[in-house]
Amino acid sequence: MPTLQIREAIREAMREEMVRDDKVFLMGEEVGHYQGAYKCSQGLLEQFGEKRVVDTPITETGFAGVGIGAAMCGLRPIIEFMTFNFSAVAFDQILNNAAKIHHMTGGQFSVPIVFRGPNAAAHMLGSTHSQAFDSFYAHIPGLKVVSVATPYDAKGLLKSAIRDPNPVIFFESELMYSVRGEVPEEEYLIPIGEADIKRPGDDVTLLCWGQSVPTALAAAELAQEHSDLSAEVIDLRTLRPLDTEAIIASVKKTNRVVIAEHGWPYGGVGAELVDRIQRLAFDWLDAPVARVCYDDIPFAYAENLEHLSIPQPEDVHAALRQVAYRD
Amino acid sequence: MDLPDKDAPLPETLSSAGKDETLHAYREMLRIRRFEETAARAYTRGKISGFLHLYIGQEAIAVGTSLAMQPGDRIVSTYRDHGFALAQGCDANACMAEMFGKKTGLVGGVGGSMHFFERDKGMWGGYAIVGNHIPIAAGHAFASKYLGDGAVTICFLGDGAVGIGPTHEGMTLAGLWDLPVVFVVENNRYSMGTPLERTLPAADITSRAPGYGMVGDRFTVEDPFQVRDRIGAAIRRAREESQPTLVEILTYRFRGHSMSDPAKYRGKGELEAFRASDPFERANRALLELHGMTEEQLEAIDDEVIAEMDAAAEFADQSPQPDPDYRFENIMIEGEG
Ligand SMILES: Cc1ncc(C[n+]2csc(CCOP(=O)(O)OP(=O)(O)O)c2C)c(N)n1
Ligand SMILES: [Mg+2]
Repeated sequence: MPTLQIREAIREAMREEMVRDDKVFLMGEEVGHYQGAYKCSQGLLEQFGEKRVVDTPITETGFAGVGIGAAMCGLRPIIEFMTFNFSAVAFDQILNNAAKIHHMTGGQFSVPIVFRGPNAAAHMLGSTHSQAFDSFYAHIPGLKVVSVATPYDAKGLLKSAIRDPNPVIFFESELMYSVRGEVPEEEYLIPIGEADIKRPGDDVTLLCWGQSVPTALAAAELAQEHSDLSAEVIDLRTLRPLDTEAIIASVKKTNRVVIAEHGWPYGGVGAELVDRIQRLAFDWLDAPVARVCYDDIPFAYAENLEHLSIPQPEDVHAALRQVAYRD
Repeated sequence: MDLPDKDAPLPETLSSAGKDETLHAYREMLRIRRFEETAARAYTRGKISGFLHLYIGQEAIAVGTSLAMQPGDRIVSTYRDHGFALAQGCDANACMAEMFGKKTGLVGGVGGSMHFFERDKGMWGGYAIVGNHIPIAAGHAFASKYLGDGAVTICFLGDGAVGIGPTHEGMTLAGLWDLPVVFVVENNRYSMGTPLERTLPAADITSRAPGYGMVGDRFTVEDPFQVRDRIGAAIRRAREESQPTLVEILTYRFRGHSMSDPAKYRGKGELEAFRASDPFERANRALLELHGMTEEQLEAIDDEVIAEMDAAAEFADQSPQPDPDYRFENIMIEGEG
């Protein structure tokens, strides 16, 4: 099977969907002539022309809204945010228009749109450029929220997101665009809303998504090697709707849970997970659920400080030991 | 504030219009005015809640705009949206029931006064976050250009929406991409309780048009035919040349910002002066003075319209509330689109 980088998998998903449906177009800053800030859209302008690969000025509110308005007319926009940090200035468009219009119009209009781009910390970008928006968007009824960690998932889920009749927030990671993985040549789709067991295990359920997937996989390796603990690594892949069934099934098997979260702790996606687990599997739990999150602070630029603020495999390993009462 | 001249003669656009079209436009303006008065009474009786923004005084703009539109064209408006819906032919019963929060409402009771939508009538909202519909309207126009459907989007905003970011961004993109859209600022002199002198850095809003690469057109509303002609020219520019226009219409609202606003901030004599040049009253005068109609005939029309609006209120009152499970509907769409 050929291997692709995540950025290539994203590009192939967009390319295939643009070939399949001429209502699909890509819009954002630097997506066309510059070939994408992170080169996800390389070659698409040449293939599809300026009509369908639309460079914008720096107007996140403007082009997010244009995408929504176009989606209401039957087009299928892919809106690229250079990073999700800049989606903050378009937040009202997503919150009050994309997520509301189907409801507010009594079902007369739908908004089939994808907002995609890198999310969460990259490397030494300082407080304004290092934020994880997972919980902000997962909080909003009317949206779907996807977060991918492998080329295979990126391609299959982006294709589903583009075909979805609802607005979808699609999180990628600047740090992970070059990650390689196998991607089949034949077409496939991955349904939104299904978690994936990235590493089966018996002793502890380890929940992760996006950037925390490699962290969790490395931690599971450490736990196996140094603590003789077998962690079941579950990549949520979709944050809204959550695959509660898959999570609870694993918890009932392992009776212990660690959540590895690249995001702030307060009101984070992990907090929602803890709520569901204690409500639906209370009698199966042998230890309080542990969360490993970003430090609850604005991020620093300095390399050592940033590193300390992000969950590392060692931190997650420690949490796995903690819920297994190994210390 | 410059006050209008109460002794001005009837405008040429109005005096040169035929009897039938004058009567039609008059009746449409009357329907909006009586609808709003009926809504205000229902609000006072506690039948309507939330925010209720009346369009009384501005009716000629909605009526004139609808006269200039073709099937397939769209109106995108603010929360002050009742006039547009009625002018576009939305059913008064459904509009009233929407404000009563009833199942029979235009959007089933989930929207209320501020979110009137009826797709097939070209009534594309009904937006209540100031300015956030300007990029949406630009997006409709983007789609029209992309699909080549020939439709024009006409987007209304208030003088208070001129300073907020989405307005600037939406107009920037519309100008940059030559989108078939008409932006119409209904300058009714106030943004809630704040007069435009304290919100606008330059009094002439269309002075911004060249900066967005658009043609500007600024005028004081006189009658629906003047609005039809001026907005019609902008619609033609959009349809035939794919060029956006920024229109500013100087108008006035006779009621407060919303039902909770007694409008104590108006200058002395201001309301009276604007009432004296009310486009609706002008149309009334034209029918009496130029088209040989009698007071009795006009009163009979008024009685009909009042009966229509009373019936709408009765319909709304008698209608059932939405089914409890309706609150879970229209949030997510199942399956692939
Ligand atoms: C972003 C935002 N800020 C504040 C409000 C509250 N608000 C609603 S209408 C309004 C005044 C708007 O005035 P204008 O744009 O002139 O329109 P008009 O009501 O006069 O038609 C305000 C402040 C809002 N809805 N949205
Ligand atoms: Mg105003």
